[in-house]
Amino acid sequence: MAKKEKKSLEFFTDWKYAPALESTDHIRLNKQYDLFINGKFVKPNSDKYYDTINPATEEKIARIADANAKDVDTAVKAAKTAYDKTWSKMPAKERAKYIFRIARLIQEKARELSVIETMNGGKAIRESRDIDIPLAANHFFYYAGWADKLEYAFPNRHPKSLGVAGQIIPWNFPLLMAAWKIAPALATGNTVVLKPAETTPLTCLKLAEIIQESGLPDGVVNIVTGFGPTGAAIVNHPLVNKVAFTGSTTVGKWIQKSIAGTDKKLTLELGGKAANIIFEDAPIDQAVEGIVNGIFFNQGHVCCAGSRLFVQESVADEVIHKLKNRLETLIVGDPMDKNTDIGAINSKMQLNKINEYIKIGLNDGADMYQSQCSIPKKGFFVKPTLFLNTSQSHRISQEEIFGPVLAIQTFRTIEEVIEKANNIPYGLSAGVWTDKGSRIFNMTQKLRAGVVWANTYNKFDPTSPFGGYKESGFGREGGLHGLMPYLKF
Amino acid sequence: MERIEVLKTYKIFIGGQFPRTESGRYYSLKLKNNMTVNVSLSSRKDFKNAVVSARGAFNAWSSRAAFNRGQILYRIAEMLEGRKEQFLEELKQLGYSAPKAKKEMEQCVDRLVYYAGWADKYQQLHSSVNPVATSHFNFSVPEPMGVVSIMADESTALLGLISVIAPCIVGGNTCIVLASENKPTCAITFAEVLATSDVPAGVINILTGNRKELHTHFSSHMDVNAVINSNSEKEFNKTIGENASLNVKRLFIWDKNWIDEKEQGPYFITDLQEIKTTWHPIENIGISGIKY
Repeated sequence: MAKKEKKSLEFFTDWKYAPALESTDHIRLNKQYDLFINGKFVKPNSDKYYDTINPATEEKIARIADANAKDVDTAVKAAKTAYDKTWSKMPAKERAKYIFRIARLIQEKARELSVIETMNGGKAIRESRDIDIPLAANHFFYYAGWADKLEYAFPNRHPKSLGVAGQIIPWNFPLLMAAWKIAPALATGNTVVLKPAETTPLTCLKLAEIIQESGLPDGVVNIVTGFGPTGAAIVNHPLVNKVAFTGSTTVGKWIQKSIAGTDKKLTLELGGKAANIIFEDAPIDQAVEGIVNGIFFNQGHVCCAGSRLFVQESVADEVIHKLKNRLETLIVGDPMDKNTDIGAINSKMQLNKINEYIKIGLNDGADMYQSQCSIPKKGFFVKPTLFLNTSQSHRISQEEIFGPVLAIQTFRTIEEVIEKANNIPYGLSAGVWTDKGSRIFNMTQKLRAGVVWANTYNKFDPTSPFGGYKESGFGREGGLHGLMPYLKF
Repeated sequence: MERIEVLKTYKIFIGGQFPRTESGRYYSLKLKNNMTVNVSLSSRKDFKNAVVSARGAFNAWSSRAAFNRGQILYRIAEMLEGRKEQFLEELKQLGYSAPKAKKEMEQCVDRLVYYAGWADKYQQLHSSVNPVATSHFNFSVPEPMGVVSIMADESTALLGLISVIAPCIVGGNTCIVLASENKPTCAITFAEVLATSDVPAGVINILTGNRKELHTHFSSHMDVNAVINSNSEKEFNKTIGENASLNVKRLFIWDKNWIDEKEQGPYFITDLQEIKTTWHPIENIGISGIKY
């Protein structure tokens, strides 16, 4: 039988969208942000500031304080005092009401927060508006309700708070990660010193304003901005009882090593290299959408990104053909445009790292396919990229790239794909696409990963526990299980 | 003439076999009857071999039905009960008073029975169906961490060891255990119990030796998922914590008074479990809904 010619659409003729820019005139930003300690914005002891920029334009947005160890010490002591004098003594139901207030204030200011998130981080406004900000509010709302019900979550165990939680978060979901960290910590009766990522401090500082507005007692939440040494000062501070970190596996290992021999409790949510597995009986068009959502969501700056695609050989041609076609329809560019699918890479440093990995992929002999789209001259952008004919030994199939780069392998049998999917130090997430219910349950039992998305990908919810196996970290965030890391029994 | 007693050579237990240490080394232990036991001084290589067999056993053991794992734990208890007299004599030779020995043995058997009962129940207490806001069915279940290395309690010959092994394996993990250095003989006799209790080879591996030498290997091996020390040894535990970071091992310092009945419970099982969350869409047709 003659092979049917595969049709491709031509997207560069009449498929242009008119720009649909989100307006920025309604947002309120200061030219300079100080540290949020003990309920007030205070100048850093270091006297040092750095510029935070818009990665889509490379323009400066504001000056941000760079906290040193002394600033961290002040913040931790404020948190300790607030814990001893106020927060640990407050009836749980009153504690809950403050957290509910924060949730509501985020909802009220959702549009402003979305715009700032996109300006500072580069993610498409569609994602900040529909995912990051609503989920952040929902997270506070969810955990607020737990505050006075902990005895039901852990019957007969008399859960108690730990004290001061030192929390360090990444730049890929700035406000959402702050919510994931702060909400359960407060609900369980702890106080917080949080450090946002150096490139994306703005929504966390807006959250500090919200916290002020909510009337939360001084010192219960402190937000200190800065770089690695600021984070190290938090981790190593003797009055910190709990460390929660989301970020790279390298830094996570350093933190685990640093606190060895202490009584500090630790949660790590680290890197990943998820297998997204397409079986031959999968609904192909939906699977292609799932592949795109898996790797191109948030420019691929997602620890649980489906960055390793495994396609069963019998459908590989069809899947890859459709995937390439779909790639051409993705709109890359101004993150503030409501049509944009893929926004700016978060920083110059990350852009260089992604480009380095693209070089490594080419040098290792994988076949590259990139969208023919054009990318803006200014700002940090990468074309969505596929690597075909990769194998397990390729570095792009083993190491976390944290960008819109997908390594594709094919497989024949279910045994083979389980073996390959698990044969990696990471274990954060995985995707499975098949029409067969029994196969989904087989796969979810065999895949050594904390989250398995079956016939879907990159879904998040405050009630759903999230976290890794193996070198992807330990402890869970979200759901009832997300309370445990902040309690002692 | 009085009959000459046949003495036992104490070996180690790896992959269901009883080798002596590959290193050929030993340490001597004086028993109360003035006889000397030459106990294997296990090496790093013995530990590595044990990890290989524990890893090899993991898939089959964790895939067993929970009910079946419960039956096997119960079988260990039956075998132990049947050989109580032998253990009582051994405990006496290690310096236990008769009442203390009796109490420890009874607790050992009871603890195994206790955890056997948990085999198919802790999951129901620690799973959840999560009411996500989108149209998905979403549930979380506990799953075993994998290979666990354990440095057992130094102060008890058998109870500390069993109190950690039982929650570890009932949850589907496999393990390598270092017996109490000064009271190692019962642990090896316990291995003989295991070998006749339908416990698959490699699920439990028992070494004897020196904690000062072995704690670095127990904590640094890259194919071990979790490490437990049941002894509060500040210096060792700092090194263990640092080494654990090499591959993000889960670390537990379980310095407990195992004789206390309170030091048992499902949380020893669930500490050694990961939580896995699975999502699946729910279709949105047939929206006329349920009416009755």
